[in-house]
Amino acid sequence: MTATDPAKAASRPVPVSIDPSIAPPGTRNFRDAGGIPADKWHADQNGETLVPTHCCFCGVQCGMYLRVDKGGKVFGVEPRNHDINRMRLCPKGINAYQQVNHPDRLTSPLMRRSRDEEFKECSWDEALDFTVSEIRRIQAEHGNDAFGLLGGASLFSEKTYLVGKFARVALKTKHVDYNGRLCMVSAAGANKLAFGIDRAGNPFSDILLSDCLLIAGSNVGECFPVMTQYLWGARDRGATLIVIDPRETAVARTADIHVALKPGTDSAFFNAVLNVVIDQGLTDEAYLAANTTGWDEVKKTVAEYPPARSAEICGIPASQIVQVARVFAGADRAMAWHARGIEHHSQGVENCLSVINLCVATGNIGKPGAGYGTITGQGNGQGGREHGQKSDLLPGGRSITNPEHRKQICQIWGIEESELPGAGTSMMEMVWQMQRKEIRGLIGICNNPFVSLPNYAVVKDGYDTAEFHAQFDFFLSETAANAHVVFPVTTWAEDEGVMANAEARVVKHNKAQEPPAGVRTDTWVICELARRLGAGQHFDFPGSREVFEELRIASAGTVNDYYGITYDRLDETGGIVWPCPSTEHPGTPRLFEDGRSYHADGKIHLQVVEWHPPMDAYTEEFPLSLTTGRTVAHFLSGNQTRRLGALVEQTPRPWVEVHPSHGFRNGDPVRVVTRRGSEVFPALVTEAIRPDTVFIPYHWPVPTAANALTIDALDPRSKIPEYKVCAARIEAAERVDEVPAPPTAPGHEAYPETQVSRTDPLPPTAPQGRGTAERS
Amino acid sequence: MMGRTIFIDPGRCIGCQACVSACRECDSHRGKSMIHLDYTEPGMSVASLPSVCMHCEDPVAPCAEVCPADAILVTADGVVQQADTTRCIGCSNCVNACPFGIPKIDLQAKLQMKCNLCYDRTAYGLAPMCATVCPTGALFYGTLEELQAERPGVQVADSFVFGDVVVQTGVAMVVPADKVQWPVPGGLPVVEINGRDVR
Repeated sequence: MTATDPAKAASRPVPVSIDPSIAPPGTRNFRDAGGIPADKWHADQNGETLVPTHCCFCGVQCGMYLRVDKGGKVFGVEPRNHDINRMRLCPKGINAYQQVNHPDRLTSPLMRRSRDEEFKECSWDEALDFTVSEIRRIQAEHGNDAFGLLGGASLFSEKTYLVGKFARVALKTKHVDYNGRLCMVSAAGANKLAFGIDRAGNPFSDILLSDCLLIAGSNVGECFPVMTQYLWGARDRGATLIVIDPRETAVARTADIHVALKPGTDSAFFNAVLNVVIDQGLTDEAYLAANTTGWDEVKKTVAEYPPARSAEICGIPASQIVQVARVFAGADRAMAWHARGIEHHSQGVENCLSVINLCVATGNIGKPGAGYGTITGQGNGQGGREHGQKSDLLPGGRSITNPEHRKQICQIWGIEESELPGAGTSMMEMVWQMQRKEIRGLIGICNNPFVSLPNYAVVKDGYDTAEFHAQFDFFLSETAANAHVVFPVTTWAEDEGVMANAEARVVKHNKAQEPPAGVRTDTWVICELARRLGAGQHFDFPGSREVFEELRIASAGTVNDYYGITYDRLDETGGIVWPCPSTEHPGTPRLFEDGRSYHADGKIHLQVVEWHPPMDAYTEEFPLSLTTGRTVAHFLSGNQTRRLGALVEQTPRPWVEVHPSHGFRNGDPVRVVTRRGSEVFPALVTEAIRPDTVFIPYHWPVPTAANALTIDALDPRSKIPEYKVCAARIEAAERVDEVPAPPTAPGHEAYPETQVSRTDPLPPTAPQGRGTAERS
Repeated sequence: MMGRTIFIDPGRCIGCQACVSACRECDSHRGKSMIHLDYTEPGMSVASLPSVCMHCEDPVAPCAEVCPADAILVTADGVVQQADTTRCIGCSNCVNACPFGIPKIDLQAKLQMKCNLCYDRTAYGLAPMCATVCPTGALFYGTLEELQAERPGVQVADSFVFGDVVVQTGVAMVVPADKVQWPVPGGLPVVEINGRDVR
C-alpha cells in the first residue's frame, strides 16, 4: 500500500481517458462523423474532471463519476466501472447529480420563534444560539431526556457516529434513534439473534454462483434495479428464481416460481416450506448437529405448519409450498435475499428468522453461492446503525446496556460511565412520547418522518406538540417545513465520508464540489452545537477524516470492526467489507466459511418462529390488505427525487393498484379507507395483484400519502412499523387527490420542472396492467 | 454479421427507464431522450421494451432515403445519424418512413430527434449511455461474440419482415432461444435468425 497525501486524495480529480485510436475507421472526430455541432464530451478540452464517488441513494452504492466543470461545479454523471455495479446505474442514480446545484437548495439557515410565524432567513449564529437556548431551556425544565435526536441512514457513517456521540455526550439524552429504524432493523435483529452479527452473509457476486435464488418481499426491479444484473447473470447459467411477493413485479414476472401470498403471512409460509424440507429428508443434519443450537425446537414448531394449514393462511395453493421446498432444498447452492416486504411487519424479526431457519437447515450458509442477504433500502442502511446512532447501540455495534461495552466507549470518549445515558426508545415511540410531552424538543437530521412514518395524523400531532424542533436538510422537506430552525447542510457531493452497502462493503464517497455559500457540513453543525453546549472538547473534528479515525478506534475489537479500513485503502481498493481488524486484513466478504457464528459458543442459534395475524384486524368494514412500496423513480420520502424533473415526469404521482374483480377502470378515482383515514388515488387496474390486496407507493405527502393510512403498530423486538399490511376498504370517489408541490424556502419559487403532469390521473408510463401469476 | 452494436433483450427489461434518463445525459442532445420505453402488451402485461434506432442497413436507412432536405447522414460504419439541425425542416417524412417507429419530431422546434448510437461516445470507444447503464443488460453494447460469451446460447435477429419487405438492421434483437419460430407481435412470422430460415 502506498501512502497518499490525505488532502490530495480527498478531492483528487481523475482525468477522462479517451483513446481516439479505437474510433471507427475514417472517423477522426465527432464532427467529421456526424456533422452535429456538439463536441462537448471531451473533458480534456473543456477542463472537465470526473470525481469518482458513489450514488447517494439505495444500499447497492453504485460507483459513479460526477462530472465537474472547470468552474468546480457538478454538472453531470458518467458511469463508473466499479466492482459493485460495473457501469450500471438506475434512473435515480443517473439523475442524482441534479440535486447538487438545484434551485430549491437551502442556502441560509431559516428560523421562526413559533409555528404561527413565517420562516425568515437568519445568520448561522442566530440559528445555533436559538437552538442551544431552546435545548438548555427544555432540559433545565424537564430533564435531559426531554430532548431527542433523530438521525438518518443516508448520512455518511462518520456523521451517524457523531449523531450518537452528540446525543449521549453533548445533549446527554438517551433519546436518539434514526430512520433506519423504518428500514431493515428486523433483519438486523434476526441476524443478531441467529448469527451474532448484523449483516448479509454473502457478497452480491455470490448471487452469480447460486443455483437457486429466493427473493422474499423485494421488488428488486424497482427498489434495487442494479442488483437485477446479478439475478439475470445467475439465470444465464441456469439458476432457478423464486419470488415471494403479493404483487407480480417485473422480476416476479420472469420468475420460475412466483408465490403471491397474502401480505403478513410470510413466516407461516416459510415454516411450511421447512416442514416439507424436513418431511422430504432434505435437511443437512450433519451441518445442523455440528454448528447450530435450537434445531429440535424449530423442528417441533414447524411440524405445526403442514402445507395445507399454511396454504390457507397464505391464500396460495399448498402445491406451491411443496414446489418451493423441493427446488430450494434440492439446489446445490441456494440463496435467500429479503427486503422490506417481509421485514415491515409486527412480526418482521420472526419473518427473517424463518428465512434464516430455512437457509441453515438446508446447509445453505457460508459457501460461495449459498447464504442469505438483506437488501438495504437506504444508502447507509447498513452502516447507519453500526456506530451508535440506534437507541440501543454504541459504536462498533456494542450494546448500551452491557456494562463492559459502556466502559469501553466511555474510555474512548473520555467521559465517566455515570454520564452515559441508557437505552432510549425507537423512532415511532419517540413520536408517541412527543404527543405525551415526555419529549419536548427534537433535532432531526436527514429524515422526513412526515412522509416516511406511518399514521401521519399521529406523527403531525407529535411534532406539533413539541415545543422546539430543528431540522438539518438540503431541501425544505415536509418535516423541515414544520420546524422552528432549519440548518442548510451539504449534499453527498460536497463532503467526503464512507457508507456501508447491503454487502457490508464500506465504500468512500469523495467531495466533488465546494458547498454553496451559506451551506455547512452536518459535521460542522453538530460540532458547533456541541461546542456551544459546552462539550466542545469531545467534538474537535475539522472534518470527516478525523471522525473516521476515531470511529475506527471505537470499533476496534468489536464484531463491527472497522479498524483496518482507512480512507487510503478505500481509495485504492474501491471498498472493504467489515469485519476488518487490521490494515493488512483484506476484509470479510463471506461470513461463516468455517461454520462458526459470531456468538460466544460459535454456534448458529436457530430460533422458534410462530406466525400470528397482522395487528390490524380484517372485518367486513375493512376486508382488504393495504400494502405499500416504492417506485423506481423515487427514493424514500421523495424529498430529493420529487424535485428532479426527469423523475417527476417518470412517476409524477401515486396510484392505487387494484385487481379487476373490484370493477374499476384505469384512472377511476378510488377512495382507500383504513382505520387511520382515507385518501383518493387513481386506480391502476391490474391482474398483477391479489384480489384481496391493494398497493400504494409511499413517496408522497398528504393528501396523497400512503402513510396517512398505514398503521403505527411495531414489531416488539425491532420496533419497525407494520407498513406492509393493514386492513382497508376501497370505494368509488368523485375526483383524485392532487399531489402538493414540494415545500420551498422563502424566496425560492416552485421549480417548474417539478410541476410536470402533477394533475395527470396516472403516471404517463405506468404499466396499464400486468399478467397474472399463473401466466408466468 | 454486425460488428460492435446494441443488442436489445426485451426478456431482461424491467421498465426502469434508466436508459431514458441516461440518454438525456448525452452531450449531443442533453435534456432530451432519444430512446423510448414501450409497453408491448398494455393491459395484459408489464413487459416493456426499450426502443432505439435500429440503424437499418438494407434497405439503408429508409428515414434518410425519404428525407427531402438530406438532413440524415449515414456514416461509413453504418450509423444512421440524428437529423442535422442545420438542414432538418421538421417535415415528418422520416417518422412516416421508419418501419420501427423511432424518429420523433419536436413540434416546437420543428426538428427531428433520433438515436444516433451515441456517436459522440462510440466514436471514441465508449459504449452508448443507455447500454452502459442498463441495470439488467436489456441493452447490451458490443459484438455478438462478446454477447454470446456472456450469455451462452443466446440467439439474436437482425432481420425483420414487414409485409413483403425484409429489413436488415445494424442493431439486433435477442430472441428467446426456444421460441425462435414464434410469430412476432402482430402476427408476422420471424423468417430468419442469423441467416437461417426458421419458417
